[in-house]
Amino acid sequence: MTTDLRTQPAADLHAAPAPRPTTTARSRLGSAFAMFRNRKSITGLVILGFFVLVALLADVIAPFSPTQVDSTARLQPPSGAHWLGTTHLGEDVLSQVIYGTRGVIVVGFLAAIMATVIAVVVGVIAGYLRGWRSESLSALTNVFLVIPGLPLIIIVASMFNNPPLVVIAAVLGLTGWAWGARVLRAQTMSLRNRDFVQAARANGEPLHRIIGNEMLPNLMALIAASFVGTVTAAILGLTTLSYIGVIPVNTYNWGTILNWAGAQGAFRQNQWWWFLPPGLCIAAIGVALSLINFGIDEYVNPRLRSAGERARAMRKRGLDVNDPVTAVRPTAVRPVTTDRESITTTSPAASTTEGPR
Amino acid sequence: MRDALLSVHDFSVTYDVDPPVEAVKHVTLELRRGEILGLAGESGCGKTTLAYGVQRLLKAPAVITSGSVVFHDASGEDVEVDRLDAEQMRRFRWDKVSMVFQGAMNALNPVAPIGAQLEDVFVVHRPQMSRAERREAVAELLEIVKVGRQRARSFPHELSGGMRQRVMIAMALALRPQLMVMDEPTTALDVLVQREILRQISQLRHEFGFTVVFITHDLPLLLEISDRIAIMREGEIVELDTAERIWTNPQDDYTKTLLSSFPRLTGERGVVVR
Amino acid sequence: MTAVQPQPQPEPPVRDALEVGTTATTTVQGHSRVPWRFLAGRAAFYLFTLWAAITINFFLPRMMKGDAVDQYLSRNRNVSPEAAEALRALLGLDTDASLLQQYVDYWGLLLRGDLGVSLLHGLRPVTEVISQALPWTVGLVGFATIVSFAIGTIGGAVVGWRRGSRLDGLIPVTTFLSTIPYFWLGLLAIAVFSVNLGWFPIGKAYGVGMTPALSAEFIGQVIRHGTLPAATIVIASLGGWMLGMRNMMLTVLDEDYVMVAQAKGMPNRRVLWRYAARNAVLPQIQSFALSIGFIVGGTIVMEMVFSYPGVGKLLLDATNAKDYALMQGVFLVITLSVLVANILADVAYAFLDPRTRQTEA
Repeated sequence: MTTDLRTQPAADLHAAPAPRPTTTARSRLGSAFAMFRNRKSITGLVILGFFVLVALLADVIAPFSPTQVDSTARLQPPSGAHWLGTTHLGEDVLSQVIYGTRGVIVVGFLAAIMATVIAVVVGVIAGYLRGWRSESLSALTNVFLVIPGLPLIIIVASMFNNPPLVVIAAVLGLTGWAWGARVLRAQTMSLRNRDFVQAARANGEPLHRIIGNEMLPNLMALIAASFVGTVTAAILGLTTLSYIGVIPVNTYNWGTILNWAGAQGAFRQNQWWWFLPPGLCIAAIGVALSLINFGIDEYVNPRLRSAGERARAMRKRGLDVNDPVTAVRPTAVRPVTTDRESITTTSPAASTTEGPR
Repeated sequence: MRDALLSVHDFSVTYDVDPPVEAVKHVTLELRRGEILGLAGESGCGKTTLAYGVQRLLKAPAVITSGSVVFHDASGEDVEVDRLDAEQMRRFRWDKVSMVFQGAMNALNPVAPIGAQLEDVFVVHRPQMSRAERREAVAELLEIVKVGRQRARSFPHELSGGMRQRVMIAMALALRPQLMVMDEPTTALDVLVQREILRQISQLRHEFGFTVVFITHDLPLLLEISDRIAIMREGEIVELDTAERIWTNPQDDYTKTLLSSFPRLTGERGVVVR
Repeated sequence: MTAVQPQPQPEPPVRDALEVGTTATTTVQGHSRVPWRFLAGRAAFYLFTLWAAITINFFLPRMMKGDAVDQYLSRNRNVSPEAAEALRALLGLDTDASLLQQYVDYWGLLLRGDLGVSLLHGLRPVTEVISQALPWTVGLVGFATIVSFAIGTIGGAVVGWRRGSRLDGLIPVTTFLSTIPYFWLGLLAIAVFSVNLGWFPIGKAYGVGMTPALSAEFIGQVIRHGTLPAATIVIASLGGWMLGMRNMMLTVLDEDYVMVAQAKGMPNRRVLWRYAARNAVLPQIQSFALSIGFIVGGTIVMEMVFSYPGVGKLLLDATNAKDYALMQGVFLVITLSVLVANILADVAYAFLDPRTRQTEA
């Protein structure tokens, strides 16, 4: 406030605001995928990638055709010829599991893509608009959220005689978009009030640019997390429905293998090589997807990441992050001031205090 | 009773991160009983760290790396604050030294009525009180700060900012502490409310006789209300003197800079030139 | 010279703004004990959802292919005329009436409590069949879910409070357990505990040949049979609650009021439960309300795995037998139950969060 406003040159008052830092498409892409650059996400992606590879290369990897019957080797535990043993018909379990990966991956990703597209469209629009349009989209989302999905899928699936994978994926996708839409709506609503969006609107940017260029990059992490979550849900849904038998068992996926195993009483007869691998595979892919989501979570909410790490780093230095009392740790010898009455002692006896357990 | 309430000697606080940050560097000061000491300085100068540090309220990675803090209780006993263990510290808190925090917006538990949050203090520190006694004590506190006893059942979100701050003051007053540390208590409020709060604090001080450490970046405010002012810069106290002398005869260059950066309301245009 | 006043001025005799009262000192927001506005808003939503669910239920059998419906009709030789009438209205077998008329008739049936008769169960009314199965589901799942929520939330609060401790390892373990498919976990449990170890019976809610009665023996059987399914549900769903609560705790622990509580000299236990957890649990309750639909899904599977005589198993049997009236009825009942559970959770939330009671905008 040291200059007089009157004396400022008029031009300064109309100076353009500082330009936004230009970002190349490549750097924007890079920052969009920053959420994947931590240990957890990478581990998850690697495991997931492994399964995708298996699905793609099933024809090459599998030692047998899944339907190939060897009537001399029924219900065999794992051996050199059949690494995961055989089924009650003499089919190779390993081949079945390998081929089963295809159905799981295809349906999982297909369903998730459909669900995520719907969730983004509904969620972002509902979050950006105001008034009754937003409210009614929100009500629609909530209805889909409350109406129980699995019973609905069971009933709908039972109406088809031999649904192709795409139809199954579509049904799973159509019942699974609601959660993501709700989260995206909330986030879009809060983004809408942020400065850069207001600036874009004031600049007269068209709607599709505002949503596409300004908002979507900020929503990427949430969209990714929602996608990953939906893949998990779709895979679990598919395998569950297959196990129940609602989805006809002419396609191979890990759930149908379990269906046959269960029907043949494998669980009661301790034929573990038949029912353990498919279940473990489902769990493994579930873990991989969870890890990816953990990684995204920590990227979005740095507190989650840093809280544990910081606490552990502190522990290494002998500090307890949860201690409500500041630790006292006198360093080395310090110059003793002699002119004051010595209330303090120079002894290093003051120890770090630990919080009550 | 000693004239000194709190003796801080060669006190240092470091944040044990990479690289370590020395937030408070070998501070020595003696707080006199019954005075208002202002702690002024720009953001990051360490005034908050100092005030929190002497109460050991800082969380890791803050570490007290040197010095001593001795509290001279009215009973004649000397308490070496830096030597207390966690349980002793917990009992010391609020009973001898209490705090009024900045921005009571979020300083009160949103899901508990304010009466319960005031009673909390009595339940923990004065377990021998009966429920009726506690209720009465809480009601009395609310009356003292002019919030009104009927507000004991209200929730924080139902009160305005000024009222919430007064509830915070009531809470700090509950155990009749000997020292109250106030961390920017009026910064988030508008000027009228600010004045009311300050008047309240002043009146309470006259009535209950506690010592006040008042932290703020608002130097003119301190000049008006404090007995002594400590100017801090980069973790050190650069000047400590009475308010009068700081205004009329500042010694340190930094103090002079601070004083000269406030615009004047009256007189010629331009800033105050010292 | 600016006016410096190191001493406080004597009170001015003139009434200033402070005497009159500023908006800051007099602003008061009203509140009522019961959060009416919040509940009314939610009630409107639930009514809408109810209508939507019933309408979906109406359209479900009408989406089926024509010949499936005819087959159904041809199997129902022994049905009484009134029952046949009800079935027609329910399933849209009567193609003469307009869609709107069918819709009206459908609502009429529902309001009379008539859901048709079940082929699978000897032409007994659907409502009767369902009401026999419902208590089993509600009992088992309700119990297991509440236990799981409680353990998960309390555990998550402790893990979040002691961040960076060894307890952190609980999170990946429990999360792993929840990625395992429900039904597989149940089957494994049966394989290990029932078949191999013989600690628990293999399925059903009570021993074969027993009739439900309120005797100690029967209750004992119920508990024995119900332990494994309940335990499976608890283990599989624990991870989600724990993770959510722990994440919320980490956010809440950085809030000012937690620091103030510690500055007040509150013991750790008090701060953890009354200040931190009490606030962190609010979003947990909201997410509980939202996940009831998913919980129901898991229940159906669990009932099938353990042959538990609840509505889930009923639905699956009906699906396999193409008993459309029963399918429709069960879906409706399940949806209604989810709605009711949602309402209860919302009410609990409304009472736990005092901020919902504001009467002013």
